[in-house]
Amino acid sequence: MINLVKKRLRRTMMFLNAQKPGLIKDPYIYRPDSIILDLEDAVAENQKDAARFSLYHALKEIDYRGCERVVRINGLDTPYWQEDIRCAVAGGCDAIRIPKVECPKDVHRVEEEILKAEKDFGMPEGMILIMAAIESARGVMKALDICEASDRLFGIALSGGDYTKDLQTRITGTGIELMGARQNLIIAARAAKVQCFDTVYTNLDDMEGFQRDVETIHLMGFDGKSIVNPRQIPIVHDIFTPSGKDIIFAEKVVREIEEKKEMGIGVFTVDGKMIDIAFYDGARRTIELAKASGVYKGDL
Amino acid sequence: MEIERPAMAGTLESSDCQVTVEPGDGRIDFTLESAVINQYGNQIRKVVFETLSHLGVDNIKISMVDKGALDCTIKARVEAAVSRSMDQFVNALWGGAFE
Amino acid sequence: MINAVGREIPEEILKITGKEPFKGNHYFDGYEYKKDGPSTRCVINSEGSKLVENIHEVLVKCGIQDGMTLGFHHHFRDGDYVVNMVMEEIHNMGIKDITICASSLGKAHDKLVEFIEDGTITNIQSSGVRGKIGRAISEGKLKGLAVMRSHGGRVRAIETGEVRIDIAFIGSPTCDDYGNCRGIGGKSDCGVLSYSMVDADYADKVVAITDCLVPFPNFPAHISMTKVDYVVVVDEIGNPDKIATGAAKPTTDMRKLMMADYCTQFVVNTPYFKDGFSYQTGVGGASIASTISLSKIMKERNIRMKFGVGGLTKPMCDLLENNQVDALLDTQDFDLNAVESVINPRHFRISAGEYADPFNKGAVVNKLDFVILAALEVDVNFNCNVVVGSDGIITGAQGGHPDTAAGAKCTIVIAPLLQGRIPAICTDVTTVTTPGESIDVVITDYGIAVNPRRQDLIDAMKNVDLPFKTIEELRDIAYSIVGEPERVQFDDKVVGIIEGRDGTVMDVVRKIKKFEFSGE
Repeated sequence: MINLVKKRLRRTMMFLNAQKPGLIKDPYIYRPDSIILDLEDAVAENQKDAARFSLYHALKEIDYRGCERVVRINGLDTPYWQEDIRCAVAGGCDAIRIPKVECPKDVHRVEEEILKAEKDFGMPEGMILIMAAIESARGVMKALDICEASDRLFGIALSGGDYTKDLQTRITGTGIELMGARQNLIIAARAAKVQCFDTVYTNLDDMEGFQRDVETIHLMGFDGKSIVNPRQIPIVHDIFTPSGKDIIFAEKVVREIEEKKEMGIGVFTVDGKMIDIAFYDGARRTIELAKASGVYKGDL
Repeated sequence: MEIERPAMAGTLESSDCQVTVEPGDGRIDFTLESAVINQYGNQIRKVVFETLSHLGVDNIKISMVDKGALDCTIKARVEAAVSRSMDQFVNALWGGAFE
Repeated sequence: MINAVGREIPEEILKITGKEPFKGNHYFDGYEYKKDGPSTRCVINSEGSKLVENIHEVLVKCGIQDGMTLGFHHHFRDGDYVVNMVMEEIHNMGIKDITICASSLGKAHDKLVEFIEDGTITNIQSSGVRGKIGRAISEGKLKGLAVMRSHGGRVRAIETGEVRIDIAFIGSPTCDDYGNCRGIGGKSDCGVLSYSMVDADYADKVVAITDCLVPFPNFPAHISMTKVDYVVVVDEIGNPDKIATGAAKPTTDMRKLMMADYCTQFVVNTPYFKDGFSYQTGVGGASIASTISLSKIMKERNIRMKFGVGGLTKPMCDLLENNQVDALLDTQDFDLNAVESVINPRHFRISAGEYADPFNKGAVVNKLDFVILAALEVDVNFNCNVVVGSDGIITGAQGGHPDTAAGAKCTIVIAPLLQGRIPAICTDVTTVTTPGESIDVVITDYGIAVNPRRQDLIDAMKNVDLPFKTIEELRDIAYSIVGEPERVQFDDKVVGIIEGRDGTVMDVVRKIKKFEFSGE
């Protein structure tokens, strides 16, 4: 199955409590790439039922104006997750985020349930995607297998809170405790050709710390970051927006490669740099990012 | 469906509404308190009645304190309150049984 | 009769009030009239003192009687004790038919509802009313017509003699025994006494009420002894905690920050944003955030503000502190920082007349480049409502809204598109307070609409990367999310008028009607 939506831009994935009407009514004005409507940690145990009704009707009726709508279901060790999936699928969500994934089997169980719900509610089969949150040492060690567990899976995300507990450390703000997991996950994701997302940064009083954090994961190769407050969005988008220089270079690379390919030339130079076909995807990605960020006005 | 016991759903936060239901006197008895009753009172009533009819509930006392909820929230809170007022609700979930 | 903002003004109301319907902002430009002076009781002998024992005595001395008009200011905001104190005594004396002519009334004055109900108070003229008085008026409890007039409009009404104040009460943070009043120095500091200055000039009797008597001379006086008949010392004239609060923490609400950013981007891209510009803004989270971000850009581009006007808050006073503005012109202080800033020699106190009166020889608002305002509702003709809530109940005040909007070269209104379920951009506002011809730009969290009357501003924004939309598009977005609102159902009875700043009738406010579901 080829699903182009799997590769869409996901620089910012904003968590919203599915039970809070004030939060879920118009988060699109902040222009996150995705929203994650949360049925899990944000929702109190005695509101799990109400949150589903809230989620279902929001998915049905609110026009999220191009924001991807991901639903975070409750863990597979709870009595909630199957009904969470039925509700999310019936509502027409774009993707399901599975918490605490430790092995491919977890993904398979969710995949089966989604398929069942798609059939039950007469939805087209295979459209709803999956992302897996890695929240434990075991999950990190199994990352590649998890990445390759399903055709529906578009990416994995590090969830730092539980992961650091499992590691017997804590979130320090420096990122040192996350080093290994981040490195492992991004490598696994790239190996499996899926996307990779970093954990939330919860200290809203430290916007500079947040900025440094985002700069780090951007350089590490992550596709985006989980967001807990709309104030974080412009900072991430800014860091992930290619510079004018990058865009011009990428444009030249794309044009030259397309032109040279027809002429049968494999290696050539652009602005003094050696370029070959291996640069094509990266340059294309730069253009796509620039377009999504609203800074590219060209015609590629 | 029959309302078996009193139940409540929703909050008094902005953009939410709090719905209370209890067994009725053979009809739908609806009361509404809302800051936007002048502009949206009729619309809110319509949504509540449609939601109840969809659930097959016609014997209920239902009151709502509205804090500017959108229609989707009103539907969600009514359904949640009704579901909490009875033991067996599962079959009616997600637009399933009554559509 | 339909007025210039398309509102039906009943003939009967025009007849009772002797007013004309609103005919456009400049209808009275160049109008000539003779000002109306107060009667004055001369004090020549040097024996007497102006100190009077208590409120009761001073009312007797002033010759209080049924049907009088009393003036009050609202510099103490929600902390005011003066209005209630005076009215309670008047009520105890059995006086009836009082007209209150206040610069504004708020939640501090809920108690007046009793006096409205028993006929002590039969008329209210104010910038607006909040709290229980608003509800009482909207329920038709006030015998006469409530008149909502802007700060400039109040000065006009008094100067032209349309309103004659029999006794003015001036709550004064400090005062000496001869009536020199200052807005600072006592325990109830409010900074300035701008709204009272016209009362001092035109009321027949002027009473200063203070809780901090200071030795003569209390100079430089904000209101001079030459205008004051009596001085009364009481325990407390107000609650300092509610008069001036600590400066509001800058907002962290992303929606407001976004609107603030749009506002700043708009301002800096207009031709008026250049060295020596002038600026006024409100106290809302978005306007304060916008002032803060504007000051950064001013620094970067080396642009100074010539003067700032207000309604002042900390961010405006910071501009003075940081030497980014030449002068502040102050009519009211909203936080402690603004009160404290009053001693700065480039922080000038101005009267409400200097600030906004359309019927003098030129007010400060006419020299404004920018004003940033808020609104409850804006309609597709850019008419604004800041007085009547979406439930039909009077709940706000005109303040300087129509005055500054009419005066400024670029009037910007910031409003979130949806207030709960209520669309701020709508087909028809509940009540018009500020005419659309005064409003140039509306900034919402969903986009920005420039008034089509301002083709020059539209042209200036051609290459500016902001989410521009038409006002109709903004309304349509709002309606698509919350549904089209039904019109509020009113009774036929008119309970108040919204007076244009020039004294014409902008709109009427009708008695509310209990909501009933249709088809029941």
